[in-house]
Amino acid sequence: MDDRSPQTTHQISGAEIVIRCLQEEKVKFVFGYPGGAVLHIYDEIFKQDAFKHILVRHEQAAVHAADAFARATGEVGVALVTSGPGATNAVTGIATAYMDSIPLVVISGQVPTPAIGMDAFQEVDMVGITRPCVKHNFLIKDVKDIAPTLKKAFYIAATGRPGPVVVDIPKDITAHFTKFEYPATVEMRSYTPIMKGHSGQIKKALKLLLEAKRPMIYTGGGLVLGDASAELVKLARALGYPVTNTLMGLGGYPATDNQFVGMLGMHGTYEANMAMQNCDVLLAVGARFDDRVIGNPGHFYSKDRSIIHIDVDPSSISKRVKIDVPIVGHVQSVLSEMNDLLIAETRKPDAESIKSWWQQIDLWREKKSLVYKNDSQIIKPQYVVEKLWEVTKGEAYVTSDVGQHQMWAAQYYKFDKPRRWINSGGLGTMGVGLPYAMGCQLADPDAMVACITGEGSIQMNIQELSTCHQFRLPIKVILLNNRYLGMVRQWQEFFYENRYSESYMDSLPDFVKLAESYGHIGMNIEKSADVEGALKEAFDMKDRFVFMNFITDQKENVFPMVPNGKGLSEMILAGDE
Amino acid sequence: MKHIISLLMENEAGALSRVAGLFSARAYNIESLTVAPTEDATLSRMTIVTSGSDEVIEQIIKQLNKLVDVVKVLDLNDGRHIERELMLVKVKATGPFREEMKRISDIFRGRIIDVADGSYTIEVTGSCSKLDAFLEALDKGAILETVRTGASGIGRGDRILKI
Repeated sequence: MDDRSPQTTHQISGAEIVIRCLQEEKVKFVFGYPGGAVLHIYDEIFKQDAFKHILVRHEQAAVHAADAFARATGEVGVALVTSGPGATNAVTGIATAYMDSIPLVVISGQVPTPAIGMDAFQEVDMVGITRPCVKHNFLIKDVKDIAPTLKKAFYIAATGRPGPVVVDIPKDITAHFTKFEYPATVEMRSYTPIMKGHSGQIKKALKLLLEAKRPMIYTGGGLVLGDASAELVKLARALGYPVTNTLMGLGGYPATDNQFVGMLGMHGTYEANMAMQNCDVLLAVGARFDDRVIGNPGHFYSKDRSIIHIDVDPSSISKRVKIDVPIVGHVQSVLSEMNDLLIAETRKPDAESIKSWWQQIDLWREKKSLVYKNDSQIIKPQYVVEKLWEVTKGEAYVTSDVGQHQMWAAQYYKFDKPRRWINSGGLGTMGVGLPYAMGCQLADPDAMVACITGEGSIQMNIQELSTCHQFRLPIKVILLNNRYLGMVRQWQEFFYENRYSESYMDSLPDFVKLAESYGHIGMNIEKSADVEGALKEAFDMKDRFVFMNFITDQKENVFPMVPNGKGLSEMILAGDE
Repeated sequence: MKHIISLLMENEAGALSRVAGLFSARAYNIESLTVAPTEDATLSRMTIVTSGSDEVIEQIIKQLNKLVDVVKVLDLNDGRHIERELMLVKVKATGPFREEMKRISDIFRGRIIDVADGSYTIEVTGSCSKLDAFLEALDKGAILETVRTGASGIGRGDRILKI
C-alpha cells in the first residue's frame, strides 16, 4: 500500500502525527526554529493551538529554554530544530541537559530518506553526533514508527535517571500518511528503571545512621529531579543531622534552616566542606561525588567513614568513591521508606555525640567563610546577590550562567525551595542564563525570574533579548559586570602569576542601549548605595524586561576555594589572600 | 585482568555503535568485539574482551546495562565458561615449509582449508591464548596473512544468558 497519500479519511500525515503525539503528551510549549527539513511539521503547528511554539533566535537557546522549563516544572521539555546546522546548534543544549540529567525530547528534522548519506544540503548524522550526549536517540524510517517512537522518547526521557532523547525525522517521512494511534503504555524489555530500593539495604542504612557520631547528609541534583525534597526535610529534621547541598542540589533542603551548612565543594562553605571531610557516616542522596564536589578523591579517602548512597542510576554508585551501603532506587520512594522505618524505630540518635558534633560544626561556622568586605562606593557582586534575595524575598527563580557570578549566586541567594535555582552544573555552559530564564518565565508567568550573569556569558546568547520581547517575558537580568572573564581571571591570578591572558573584555557594548534597542528597559548601576533601590525599581515593573548592568569590583574573587586537585579541607579562605 | 563480557541487545541499527562509542568515550580497553544475531532475530549477541581493574570492570558492566538497547549483560569471568575464537592464517608452503606447516597445523588441530602452489590457508579455533601460541609456533617469516574473529564466549553447564 502506498503511504504517500491518504488512503482513507483516517489517515493523517507524519507531520500531523508529530503534533498529535505532542498533544497526547500534554506538551505546553515547543521551543524551536523552522527550516527546510521541518517545514511540514511547522505547517501543522500553524494549524493547531494546543501548545504554543516559542520562536527563539538560535537553536542552542531553544534547547536551553526547553531544559529550563523541565527543571522548573519537572515535565519533559520539548525542542524542535531543522536538519544540519539547526541540529548541530542544538548539540550544546543537549549535552548541557545530559550532564544534569534533564528530561528533554528534541525533535530534529533530517534530509529525506533517499538523500541520507548523499552529503545532501543541510545533512548531518544527528544520531551519530548526539550519541555520546543523549540518554537515547532514534532515527525514524517509517511513518508508522512516529507515534510509538515519540511515546518511547517521552517515557525514556522522564523515567529512571532522566535525560535528553533525540528523535531525528527525515522530511519525506513527515509527508507520508498513516493511521494515528498513540500507544497507551510502553513496554521495553531492554529498559526497566528500578523504582523501589532494596528493603534490607534501607534497614542497614538506617542502622548506620542511628549509630553515627558525626553524621552528614549530602544531597544533589537527583533529590531535586526526584521531587524528594519534602521526604528529605522530614528525615533530616527527625534525625537532627547537618545537611549540605551540591550546586545542583540547592533548594533541596531549605537554605535558611539551621541544619543547613551551605553548599559544599570547590566553592562550598568552610563548615560544609569540613563536616563532609570529618563525618563518620555520610548519607549521599542523588549526588555523584564529582570532582568539583569532593576534590581529590585520595584526600577524601584519607578519613575513615561509612557511606550510604541512594541513587536511581546504578552506574553512579562506586564510580569515584567506594560506597559501603548502596541503595539503587527512586530517591523519593527510598526516603519515604526510611521515614516510615524511622517512625517505628525505638533506637534514637546518640544525643551526646550529635551535640558535640554540632558544637564542632558551630566552631567551623564561626570562620564565617562567606563574609566579604563591603564597600561604600564600589559595588561588590556578593552584595548585589544578597540584596536580590532580600528584594525578591527569596522567592524568585534564579538562573545563572557560568563563572564567578554563578558561584556568588549559589552562595548568597538562599534557596528554600527546589526547582528555583536553574544553572548548568555538569557541563558548565556559558550562555544558558538568558534562555534558562525564558523557560522559567514561561513555566511560571507570574513569578519573579532573575538571570544572574556576567558580561562574558550574557553575550553568548544575547540574541534572545529579541525572543524575550516577542513573548513579553518580564525577566530581570542581573549583570555583574566586572569587565573580566572573572573565573578565568581568578585562576590566572592564583595559578598563573597574574598573567591575565585573554580574560579582559574590551569593547563591551553599551548594555543599556542594547537592551533598549530590543525594546527593553536598561539600567546602569555604578554605586553600592544604588543597588537596593534599583532592584526594587526593576522588580516593581512587573510586566517589563529589565536589563540591569551592575558595574562591579574588578578584583573580587570567589571564596572559599578548594584548588583543583586539592582535598576538601584544603580551602583558601578570603582572609588568606 | 582480562574479562569476557557477553551481552544481548536489540538487533537495531546503531546498537553496535552505542557499545563501541561507550568504550571509546570512557576510555575503556577493548581487545575484541564480535556481534551477530541470535536464534531470535530481534536480538544480537555480543562478546567483548576487555581488561581493567575490578572497579573499571564494574563500571563497564553498569554502563553497558545503562544503554537503552542493551537487554542483558553477563561477565563470563564470574563463573566457568568456554571461550572460542576462529583464526585463518595464510602461510608460506614452499620447499621444507610445505611439510612443516602441515605438521604444526595438525598439532594445533588446525585444518588446511585452501591449498595453492606456494601457500596454505589454515583454520584454527580455540581460546585466544591457543591461537597466540599457534602463531608463536610458526616461523615469523612464513606468515603471509592472519585474520581473527575475536573471541565468542558461553557459560558452562546451566549458566545461560537468555531473556
